[in-house]
Amino acid sequence: MTEFVLPPIDYAALAPILIMMGAAVLGVLVEAFVPRRLRHPIQLPLALLALLAALTMVVLNADKRVITIGVIAIDGPTLFLQGAILVLAAMALLLVGERAIERGGAFVAQAAITADSPDDRRQAEKAGGAGEVYPLLTFAVGGMLIFVSANDLLTMFIALEVFSLPLYLLCALARRRRLLSQEAAMKYFLLGAYASAFFLFGLAMIYGFTAGLGDRAAGVDFATIHAAVANSTASPVLLFAGMALVAIGLLFKAAAAPFHVWTPDVYQGAPTPVTGFMAACTKVAAFGALLRVFHVAFEGARWDFTPVLGAVAVLTMLVGAVFAVTQTDIKRLLAYSSIANAGYLLVGVLAPGRDGLSGTMFYLVAYGFTVLAAFAVVTLVRDADGEATHLSRWAGLGRRSPLYASVFTFILLAFAGIPLTSGFTSKFAVFAPALDGGQTWLVIAGVLTSMVLAFPYLRVVVMMWLSEPGESTPTVTVPGGLTSAALVIGVIATLALGVAPGPLLDLATGAADFVR
Amino acid sequence: MDEILTYAQAAPAETVVYATADGLLSSVWLLVAIPLVSAAVLLLLGKRADRWGHWLGVASIGAAFLLGLASFFSLRGLENKSVELSLWDFIAVGGLHVDFGLLFDPLAGVFVLLITGVGSLIHLYAVEYMAHDPGRRRFFAYFNLFVAAMLLLVLGNNYVMLYFGWEGVGLASYLLISFWTDRPSAATAGKKAFLMNRVGDAGLAIAIFIMFATLGTTQYDEVFSNVGALAGGTVLVLGLLLLLGATGKSGQFPLHAWLPDAMEGPTPVSALIHAATMVTAGVYLIARSNVIFSANHTLQLVVVSVGALTLLIGAIIGCAKDDIKRVLAWSTVSQIGYMFLGVGLGGAAYALAIVHLLAHGFFKANMFLGAGSVMHGMNDQVDIRRFGGLSKYMKITWLTFGAGWLAIIGMYPFSGFWSKEPIVVAAFAREGWSAWLFGGAALLGAGLTAFYMTRLFILTFHGPKRWTEDIEHPHESPPLMTIPLILLAVGSLGAGWLLATSVPEWLTGTGGLEAAEEHHQGALGHAAITTLALGITVLGAALAWYVFRNGTATAPQPAGVVVTAARKNLYTDTVNEAVFEKPGIFLTRALVYLDNRGIDGLVNGLAAGVGGGSGRLRRLQTGFVRSYATSILTGALLVVAAFLAVQAGWLA
Repeated sequence: MTEFVLPPIDYAALAPILIMMGAAVLGVLVEAFVPRRLRHPIQLPLALLALLAALTMVVLNADKRVITIGVIAIDGPTLFLQGAILVLAAMALLLVGERAIERGGAFVAQAAITADSPDDRRQAEKAGGAGEVYPLLTFAVGGMLIFVSANDLLTMFIALEVFSLPLYLLCALARRRRLLSQEAAMKYFLLGAYASAFFLFGLAMIYGFTAGLGDRAAGVDFATIHAAVANSTASPVLLFAGMALVAIGLLFKAAAAPFHVWTPDVYQGAPTPVTGFMAACTKVAAFGALLRVFHVAFEGARWDFTPVLGAVAVLTMLVGAVFAVTQTDIKRLLAYSSIANAGYLLVGVLAPGRDGLSGTMFYLVAYGFTVLAAFAVVTLVRDADGEATHLSRWAGLGRRSPLYASVFTFILLAFAGIPLTSGFTSKFAVFAPALDGGQTWLVIAGVLTSMVLAFPYLRVVVMMWLSEPGESTPTVTVPGGLTSAALVIGVIATLALGVAPGPLLDLATGAADFVR
Repeated sequence: MDEILTYAQAAPAETVVYATADGLLSSVWLLVAIPLVSAAVLLLLGKRADRWGHWLGVASIGAAFLLGLASFFSLRGLENKSVELSLWDFIAVGGLHVDFGLLFDPLAGVFVLLITGVGSLIHLYAVEYMAHDPGRRRFFAYFNLFVAAMLLLVLGNNYVMLYFGWEGVGLASYLLISFWTDRPSAATAGKKAFLMNRVGDAGLAIAIFIMFATLGTTQYDEVFSNVGALAGGTVLVLGLLLLLGATGKSGQFPLHAWLPDAMEGPTPVSALIHAATMVTAGVYLIARSNVIFSANHTLQLVVVSVGALTLLIGAIIGCAKDDIKRVLAWSTVSQIGYMFLGVGLGGAAYALAIVHLLAHGFFKANMFLGAGSVMHGMNDQVDIRRFGGLSKYMKITWLTFGAGWLAIIGMYPFSGFWSKEPIVVAAFAREGWSAWLFGGAALLGAGLTAFYMTRLFILTFHGPKRWTEDIEHPHESPPLMTIPLILLAVGSLGAGWLLATSVPEWLTGTGGLEAAEEHHQGALGHAAITTLALGITVLGAALAWYVFRNGTATAPQPAGVVVTAARKNLYTDTVNEAVFEKPGIFLTRALVYLDNRGIDGLVNGLAAGVGGGSGRLRRLQTGFVRSYATSILTGALLVVAAFLAVQAGWLA
């Protein structure tokens, strides 16, 4: 019997993940043992500190290029994406922790109380929010950090579950419109489990395919898959079916058509800070994994997967843009916009070489900032029943509160890709390498759908500024410090990345090298 | 004839070098900055500056004049007499480097003195003239803006700076022509000026592009030093485009129609911008670019022809107009024609044209302000048929206007004689038939000038009263208006001799203008031409006196073909309308039709398609998990099938 040897562990490289997981466990203990009154004042700083500490470790690791214990790859893209997730999660956390806009914050106190019962109405009015959101969010961030650094499909799958499960729960915790929120969580959970099954099935097929390698053992780590793509004797049907199924699992999380169907319902139903968190961080994590899988493991099959994923990208852009045109709810509109953006990101994933990689990473960061700022504004436009998300309610907002209408206009122009905003530079960053790589058809589709997509954005702008405010136009709540901070960070980042994208692009280009 | 039309290269230009400015001259940028800051203050402070704003406007131009005078005299001591001051790198894109730099040389110097000197007098006059206008502060803001832009135009050390100032004066001119925005005629005149100037500006812009494309620079010194190396055709095109710009700004044929209409603006505007300074920018441009124009004989012939044609057009139309300001405006067109004639003749005549420009600045500003004074006393009446006998009521205006009248018709020893007669002589100094053609045109123009100006003078100040009934006692204007008139009249009297004797020598310091070659014997002797010119002038004036000594009818009378044509601006407006306006309107209508029916139809159709599609497809989003799962499964099957198809080579 061979002696069991512990693999060497690079704790510094794992530190961000360990910090987040540790903070999450601490958070659970706080929920269990600290008096209710003190939970929020302890949980919020704890989570923020954990994010900052993890970010510091990511920065300290900046030059690390290792694969530790065989399953976690710490390299340029990992560190860049981990940093992006941590920064965006900190912004989302500011929105989550906001208690000034609504008594007790956006989250329900007792999720188990039957929705719309007298008890529920009482708690909606009086009770403070659940403190569980902080450990749940911290767990999700920890899972995402593993997800983008996973060096084999099995670790990736586990990380997928680790960050998905807290998300399902978070979706169900809205203080207002609880039925909608619970329905969203249920749908997300069912469809997420369904998509996970595809991923797992694909994983098994890939494992079978790597068994065809004569000289090394079968496995699902990316180096083995990479070798198998080049010279496995097993049937290529295994490879292609497996690649397709793994891709489907990831594309589901990335909200690409036709696996996007959950997105509008979930984005609408989830508490708005959580929606922002999903739109920014989940997108980074999902595309981080897609980049790694397709740039590292399946790179040898580039010419085979590009047309299929390209078709998915075009379909995603089309669905996002066309459906956005007739949306009447601001959160659903932003959901379809997020779907269309997934299409543009796929163009970057399919652009070969470093430029495609760095452009995609730049896009993820730029889009994350903008979309979080957008949802921050959504949390502010409200009436007595909570957020007023129906678009007709936004008519004439420019008269009532010109400042927030201007900010939202700027954000929408950024989404539409107007120059001097990050929306323009990031689209340029993914389209240019795609054009250089010969994927002209994707760029044409991207530009055409951008034009279609500009319409719903501008419709909102026109509605806010050129319509007379009606009786039902809600007021804009003056935000508390946390939301203001998130909003200011998002808007400044959107402007700065639009005017001077150089530093971040250089950083992304410098990080655009995977370890194998 | 043949020699003229070949693209003959004149002798290659000498290298042009400018010294760097130091001492007092390093503050020439203040010349532009002072009026600009004043304009900004007046515009930004708004109503708070209403009480004292006009004095700030006058003071800023006065300060600029004193600074200009000091700079002018410190220039005299220098050997090179041309100093450059580079402020900062204005545009640096690829191979294009444009300096934000100023050039103070003799040519710029005399322009600075004219602009700030005459400008400060007119500013002073306007304090009183605009006293009852609620927009007086705004008026002075625009006026200062104009002076700043005009100074930038003449002080820039490259063509882009010149263009910057060129557009600036165009803007100020537009704002001031339409100053009384509640008058439709003022708004229309502003638009007309703006549009016709755009045509010329486009020419200037393309000329600058050509300079950059062929020479790689727009700096004066580098352009002038290297223009000799260009192909003859390029120089010709370059020069013609510069000329197009010059004709637009200076109201020369074929872009002259806006200038008379520009008289809708307040009278001080007409005096400063549309008589003394801005409209001479075209002459400045050609004089500054003399190296380019001297490099090609065909180009010079075109300039001379434009000048001669315009001076005749202006003079003929001037004879038939009854509006005092329009007559003066057409006379401006005609006099600038003389200047173009001068700069087109080349060589020493450049300096003569500049001398005429300066003299004209004085006497024309004088007469415009005099006309303003008359209007001030006559309830804003502008029709000379309703004046008469004003010499008894407005003594100062009468005497000063008289000085201007004698100056413009070129009577000895007034300034017009000293500045115009040498141009006539220079025109006769050409070779062959063209001497008779252009010399004859200049002489004929002198006679016509004498006729229409005498007509204007007699009908306004002499003969029987033909006033409208609401006027009983026309009054002389207050001192703030008459003092500038007296100072300008002194200038009209004496300055000509001073200018004619000293300026040409002074201007030889300007790059390229030193070619003061010896006059060879022209078609007629110098003395003969002088006698002839004076004789024709006296004849014209006497004829006008004889015809109009007893006044004239107060309503238009039926007239012959020539007078009718002149009344209708020699049909140039009609031609513009038929050739440009009508087809333009038709083209616009056609494009609007195409846009509405074709392009909008397509776009709206597409939009409707997308919207309809979106509305129909939305129904697929049912909200049921089962249908979502089905669509995911369908998608998954399709993706797997597609991958397998790729693997099987079906999609290759």
